[in-house]
Amino acid sequence: MNDYNFAYLDEQTKRMIRRAILKGLAIPGYQVPFASREMPMPYGWGTGGVQVSAAILTPGDTFKVIDQGADDTTNAVSIRKFFERTAGVATTEHTGEATVIQTRHRIPETPLTEDQILVFQVPIPEPLRFLEPRESETRKMHSLEEYGLMHVKLYEDISRHGHIATSYAYPVRVEGRYVMDPSPIPKFDNPKLDRSPAIQLFGAGREQRIYAIPPYTRVVSLDFEDHPFEASKADHPCDLCGAEDSYLDEVIIDDAGNRMFVCSDSDYCASRQAQGHRGRLSPEVA
Amino acid sequence: MYVAVKGGERAIENAHAWLAEERRGDRDIAELSIAQIREQLKLAVDRVMAEGSLYDPDLAALAIKQARGDLIEAIFLIRAYRTTLPRFGASRPVSTGAMACDRRISATFKDLPGGQVLGPTFDYTHRLLDFKLAADGEVPEAPRAAKAQPAEMPHVTGFLNREGLIEEAPAEDTTPPDLTREPLEIPAGRALRLQALARADEGFTLGLAYSTQRGYARNHAFVGELRIGTVAVEMDIPELGFAIEIGELTLTECETVNQFKGSKTEPPQFTRGYGLVFGQSERKAISMALVDRALRWEELGEDFIGAPAQDAEFVLYHADNIQATGFLEHIKLPHYVDFQAELELVRKMRSEVTDANPAREAAE
Repeated sequence: MNDYNFAYLDEQTKRMIRRAILKGLAIPGYQVPFASREMPMPYGWGTGGVQVSAAILTPGDTFKVIDQGADDTTNAVSIRKFFERTAGVATTEHTGEATVIQTRHRIPETPLTEDQILVFQVPIPEPLRFLEPRESETRKMHSLEEYGLMHVKLYEDISRHGHIATSYAYPVRVEGRYVMDPSPIPKFDNPKLDRSPAIQLFGAGREQRIYAIPPYTRVVSLDFEDHPFEASKADHPCDLCGAEDSYLDEVIIDDAGNRMFVCSDSDYCASRQAQGHRGRLSPEVA
Repeated sequence: MYVAVKGGERAIENAHAWLAEERRGDRDIAELSIAQIREQLKLAVDRVMAEGSLYDPDLAALAIKQARGDLIEAIFLIRAYRTTLPRFGASRPVSTGAMACDRRISATFKDLPGGQVLGPTFDYTHRLLDFKLAADGEVPEAPRAAKAQPAEMPHVTGFLNREGLIEEAPAEDTTPPDLTREPLEIPAGRALRLQALARADEGFTLGLAYSTQRGYARNHAFVGELRIGTVAVEMDIPELGFAIEIGELTLTECETVNQFKGSKTEPPQFTRGYGLVFGQSERKAISMALVDRALRWEELGEDFIGAPAQDAEFVLYHADNIQATGFLEHIKLPHYVDFQAELELVRKMRSEVTDANPAREAAE
């Protein structure tokens, strides 16, 4: 793999991507078009995140990749390996040790710091897309700050279902201006976007868009005064580490359909278990 | 007892090893060579070059072999390779008028300067399985023409143009945008639309073109001319101060002549649709010309009737099979987290409904 440049992309391409990132940081929440490249993994597998990571990684970085919160899901393994081979950077599974974290669908439970960058993989960057399929229209709506359609949608949810029927990719407003899709993270993670000390970058490869949230930026989940936003998760503690504050995966454990709940953040769960925390189904300690 | 799903890395490696073995197939059967694919599956190679946007028959043949004959996968391999290549410069526009034609037909004139040349076409073959081919694929040499082809093969649309019967297509010198180096933005000019269509999925383009024939923005197309052959690629070399020939390409070009009753802005005249594709691919070139013509409704002052083939945003955003297949297939990746969020929401909504209607619950 040494025939390729550091982190795979050529320097010109990285420069083009860095420009888009800087523009994104300068206009928080604004979707910057960029000339996304074909990557050696398919569109939909995180090519946007991979291009952003490739553009920002330096040889001294320590890189972590999670998918669904876990370091050991197949695509997280595949992306981590890609950068081990093409960039030779150190990798880690520990949130605290990483300088760059690429993620799909989660924000780590351990609070991030000013020394970290979180890179999100984004399938559909446009929060208004399913209300208006035309890009030419949605760009106009953003430039005119015309978000009435979104509020009507949320209102209709409430009138029909009693509450807002969006559980992930829950739209946010960034620094009082752009409505932004936070990528398909569960709405449980939305509060972590707000005033985060870390830089948060979003890459959508197929849709050719990059956007960003600079550190300590106000990020508000859309809601109504009488129907405030509520971050929700399964109402259980983790069955392996006992955590009550982490997002949980539900796992079917037998043919009778019995369930267990475990942290989706595998590093958070493992660290807690190492500290001696136990859950309902933890193996007996000898 | 639940065991955390570990060992993703080993699973991936083993899957790759199995895939390689499946690709090779039965080891008692001779392995395919790149040259065999290049020479004997040429139309597959041509499609991979066209939609991969890279003219290299050997690499396309390698991609087909590696992809086990899955052409979209092969196109993907070529695209991913292409994007890593450095760019030395741009060639001069190729001259299809100077094409050494293997095939050149017109559906609008019985005969014309340069003549009708059928070439190696399936058109008039009877689609009967040739069992002889299963036993022995050797064929006698085809007869050769006694006289050489003219150096210039005039375009049929040129004859119509002399009478002013077809819209002008003035030469343009502006550098077209590069779809592979700049993000696609709408509205897209014709050069950009044609660029996108040239690499668009053959099946998608065919379906759209067919829909125009069946009345979804019908544009009454005649194949004015279809030609397949080789053209020289020339490049200006700054150090030399002149252009030199750096190679040749096989291209398929289709020019359609479309009926047009005139509009608020244009007089009655024939209009044009254009298709140009790497290699030999008439289906793609004709489809491209029909879709090109349908997309031109605005500049010709026609009505937008809401047909898919007229809608540039719809066509251009969905014609790329690498984008489409990636996003489509990604839904097989894990989505536990989103699904969990949906589970919680559905449970909550159901419990609210059953709390409100306990009678219904009891009735069930």
